[in-house]
Amino acid sequence: MIELYAGVAINGLMIGAVYALVATGLNLIFGVMRVVNFAHGEIVVGGMYIGYGAWALLGLPTSVSVALAAIVMFGFGYCFQRLIGNQFANRPQHAQFVLYISLALIITGGLAMAFGPDPRSIQSAASFSVYKIGSLRVDATRLQAALSAAGVILALWLWLRFSLTGKALQAASQNIIGGRAIGIRIDHVFAIATGIGFACAGIAGALIAPLYDTTPYLSADFTLIAFIIVIVGGLASLPGAMLGGLIIGLVEGLAAILFDPSAKSLLSYGLLIAILLFRPMGLLGKRRAL
Amino acid sequence: MTESKFYSTTRRNLLMAGASGLIGSGLPMPAVLRAQTSALKVGVILPLSGVLSFPGIATQRGTDLAVRMFGDEGVKLEVSYADTESKPENGRLAAEKLIRDGATILIGAWDSGATISAAQAAEAAKVPLVVNVGSAPQITEQGFTQLFRNFPPSSEIVAKGVALFKDLPRGNGFDPKSAVVLHVNDTFGQATGGAVKAVFEKLGLGINILDVISYDARARDLSIEVAKAKATGADLVLPITRVNDAILIVREMIKQDYNPMAIYGPSSPGPYEKAFTDALGKFADEYMTSVPWYDPTTEIAKKVLARWAKDQPNDRFELNSGFGWESIQVVADAFTRAKSTKSEDLHAALKATNIKDHPMAGGPIAFDAKGQNTNIAIPLLQNQKGAPVVIAPAAAAGAKVKLPMTKWADRA
Amino acid sequence: MSGSTTTRRQVALGSIFLLILLLLPLVVDGYYQTMLTTIFITALVGIAWNLMMGFAGQLSLGHALYFGIGAYVVALMAERYGLSPWLGFPVGFLVTSGLGLVVGFLGFRFGVKGVYFALLTIAFAEFARLLFEHWDYVGKTGGLFLGSVKPDNRSLITLRGSATFYYYAVLATTLFAWLWCGYLVRSRLGYFWRAVRDDEDAARALGVRAFRVNLLAAGISAGITGIAGGWFALMNGNLFPESVLGMRVSIDFIIAPIVGGLGTLCGPILGALIVVPLNEIAKEAGQALGLNGLNILLYGTLLFIVIVAAPDGCWPWLANRLALAGRSSSKPDGP
Repeated sequence: MIELYAGVAINGLMIGAVYALVATGLNLIFGVMRVVNFAHGEIVVGGMYIGYGAWALLGLPTSVSVALAAIVMFGFGYCFQRLIGNQFANRPQHAQFVLYISLALIITGGLAMAFGPDPRSIQSAASFSVYKIGSLRVDATRLQAALSAAGVILALWLWLRFSLTGKALQAASQNIIGGRAIGIRIDHVFAIATGIGFACAGIAGALIAPLYDTTPYLSADFTLIAFIIVIVGGLASLPGAMLGGLIIGLVEGLAAILFDPSAKSLLSYGLLIAILLFRPMGLLGKRRAL
Repeated sequence: MTESKFYSTTRRNLLMAGASGLIGSGLPMPAVLRAQTSALKVGVILPLSGVLSFPGIATQRGTDLAVRMFGDEGVKLEVSYADTESKPENGRLAAEKLIRDGATILIGAWDSGATISAAQAAEAAKVPLVVNVGSAPQITEQGFTQLFRNFPPSSEIVAKGVALFKDLPRGNGFDPKSAVVLHVNDTFGQATGGAVKAVFEKLGLGINILDVISYDARARDLSIEVAKAKATGADLVLPITRVNDAILIVREMIKQDYNPMAIYGPSSPGPYEKAFTDALGKFADEYMTSVPWYDPTTEIAKKVLARWAKDQPNDRFELNSGFGWESIQVVADAFTRAKSTKSEDLHAALKATNIKDHPMAGGPIAFDAKGQNTNIAIPLLQNQKGAPVVIAPAAAAGAKVKLPMTKWADRA
Repeated sequence: MSGSTTTRRQVALGSIFLLILLLLPLVVDGYYQTMLTTIFITALVGIAWNLMMGFAGQLSLGHALYFGIGAYVVALMAERYGLSPWLGFPVGFLVTSGLGLVVGFLGFRFGVKGVYFALLTIAFAEFARLLFEHWDYVGKTGGLFLGSVKPDNRSLITLRGSATFYYYAVLATTLFAWLWCGYLVRSRLGYFWRAVRDDEDAARALGVRAFRVNLLAAGISAGITGIAGGWFALMNGNLFPESVLGMRVSIDFIIAPIVGGLGTLCGPILGALIVVPLNEIAKEAGQALGLNGLNILLYGTLLFIVIVAAPDGCWPWLANRLALAGRSSSKPDGP
């Protein structure tokens, strides 16, 4: 039994790290622009298809497809924000929401048309490899995905902390008008933030492509789980996203053992409702963002 | 029905079907039809897009093949399709659209929910509905008068399949005492998962069901589910799955090095699919299922398979294409006898259906008062060398069962 | 249309539109009748949702909760207890509006607003879906099935019957709900809603009890949505948690009112008239071309065009063209 719990806990933490990367992207977009990207799960699925396509068509390894997904999704996010998103910066909240819902539907429909509804999976000898630690068996692909995700999150923190653009992003997130006053090009900064947010989701997608079967209709689940993590951890708090990801990964894993696996999300939604009502700033958030 | 009685009936039916198939040449079709001029408009409702499109399209292939084959015999069928998008509520609109377009008989709808939704419209319009695939017991319990189902309810598939499983020879390391059920939590999986537990207890196999684990239909990661099953230490794994979740389960079992004595999915569609055996290669072997299947010993099945191999060389003829084929056979037969394209004449002819030669294993196709065909046999299948073969009942068996399963690590 | 701002022209055009709808079943077959009934159900939910979003300014992305629960209540009472939907509908209305009040109460009481409120409504709807998928009484994922309509069925008692019956029944329900909402929007309550939506603090300062006013919008909106769900259940004869409580249901239902025009009374109806047939055409085209997902893509594109190019929706534009632009109809806020 202990073996089961330990195995599931490790598993939950590993998948939680990837969730955390997805949530970090969502959080960054929210932190800078105060909009909620309802199409975030679709970007993850786009990343998964990039991972699948790179493997199926060109035989590229995950490391290359991750870079590819990062570049493509950054470009997509940057252009989207520049061309359309920025026009919505001062529109009412529901209009922004609907914009992202429409983007989500367009991506899902487009992916379904391009790849069909059948699940696609990457099958290689490596997908069966495991690390044995005592009697524990740790899935190698999953561990690599988790470590890569954690690495990307860390790099992003450092970049936000120390690079000039990163500092500009932070300044903008704290005070848009003030940021403009000290010469930050808001349009450009917003587009960079969206690009990075999309890139996070795309990288996460490429990382899990060898683990999950890819279908166009997976996206809503990713969006919802990213929301839950962000709310639990705290909107606009990057460490919160990391903590939230790990918590949700762990909670869902343990819920699957204690109850029925098909009911595991009940606990996540319960947690979401409780946090929204009683601690709306999230576990690590400082203040109510809105 | 007791299991022993069923067993003998099935065997006799299989033999009978085999014998009559040898005598008849060509498809059983009177020449009268060739003189008939007006074509019968058949409306087929299937999930051609969305999550169920994979089996939906397989059913369509079988349906189309039958239309071509009966067309060659002079039966003029004009088939049009309506897509449910895998949403149950679209069955009704699909049925009404086909009826509007002139269909006087309907076939559908692969999915139980869509079937009942379509049946509401068929009932109101007094147009017969032949169910191709749809295993929810409720379909024939709602009092529909226009509905004819040539597919067994899931409880019956499980009961007949497990009865055969019970008689498999024990020993040689195969003597299961415990089992764990892993089922997808959708309409089909939930009904079947419940039936499996009940049947195992009722038939007295001496196998203890340790746990019933259900997973979300949209789950793409079943590592925890498999870990939970492994932790029970069960000798048998009973997965109720569709195709891709079956692949995920096997992949996880390999990674977690879980080697039960057997994997057996009663009434589980999927593991016999080409997608499954292609994706898993040698790891797909020795996985067992029991589902309605074609009887490879009959002449008509051989004929259908030969034509299939010519028309669809890249796909496998299986349950969905088989019942798609038979749905057209049932309609063509009723049309032939009714000599009319009117719904009420077809309805009367369907009531008197009695088709002895048909590709899927079992007795003659006939419908009882509720519109159910109760003569469908359920063989036991096992994947061997990358394809499913019948291993029981003995009369229809194409190979011997291989148990216990070879350990994953020994399959190099 | 009633009230002082209604012009003669509005009444005339509205009556002609209604007359066409009343006579339509004489010339169109069951398929179009069912399609139109689907349009009415979509419009009905749209009207209800719009009451909350367009007039009271609360973004709900979880209306599937009320739709699904309403459907289950009506179906369970009819199937398990043999009670006529004449009883089922009032109970369904009470249960769903009660739920709307509870969700609204929690949201407003704890000051959950905007995006947070939207997420709260999603969380409740998804929670309910998962609960229903594991609850024996409602049939879990196995679904809930209604018996077939008996030959001696009397539609006016069982509220089940032919496509034509559902057509008129749902048309009457939609008309009733529309008139009721029209009345509410023009009443004092309607002014309070808009006042709170536009500036809650100012409204409060003027003595509007924002909490109560908001709660009423949530309750009425939920109740009407529940009624729509009840009709859906009777029409289809089967219910599954995913098909009535799923996330996709909530999203599908908000498209029509947004396309038609937020905060307008006629917008949801116009939106449903555009969106439902478009989906059907796209589905057929996708099938003919072998393109899975074409309808989703078109849905998304339509929504995108509307939100980028015509954020007020199609109704204000159409109202102008029909010269209905009285004092009220041309503005998105007017009825």
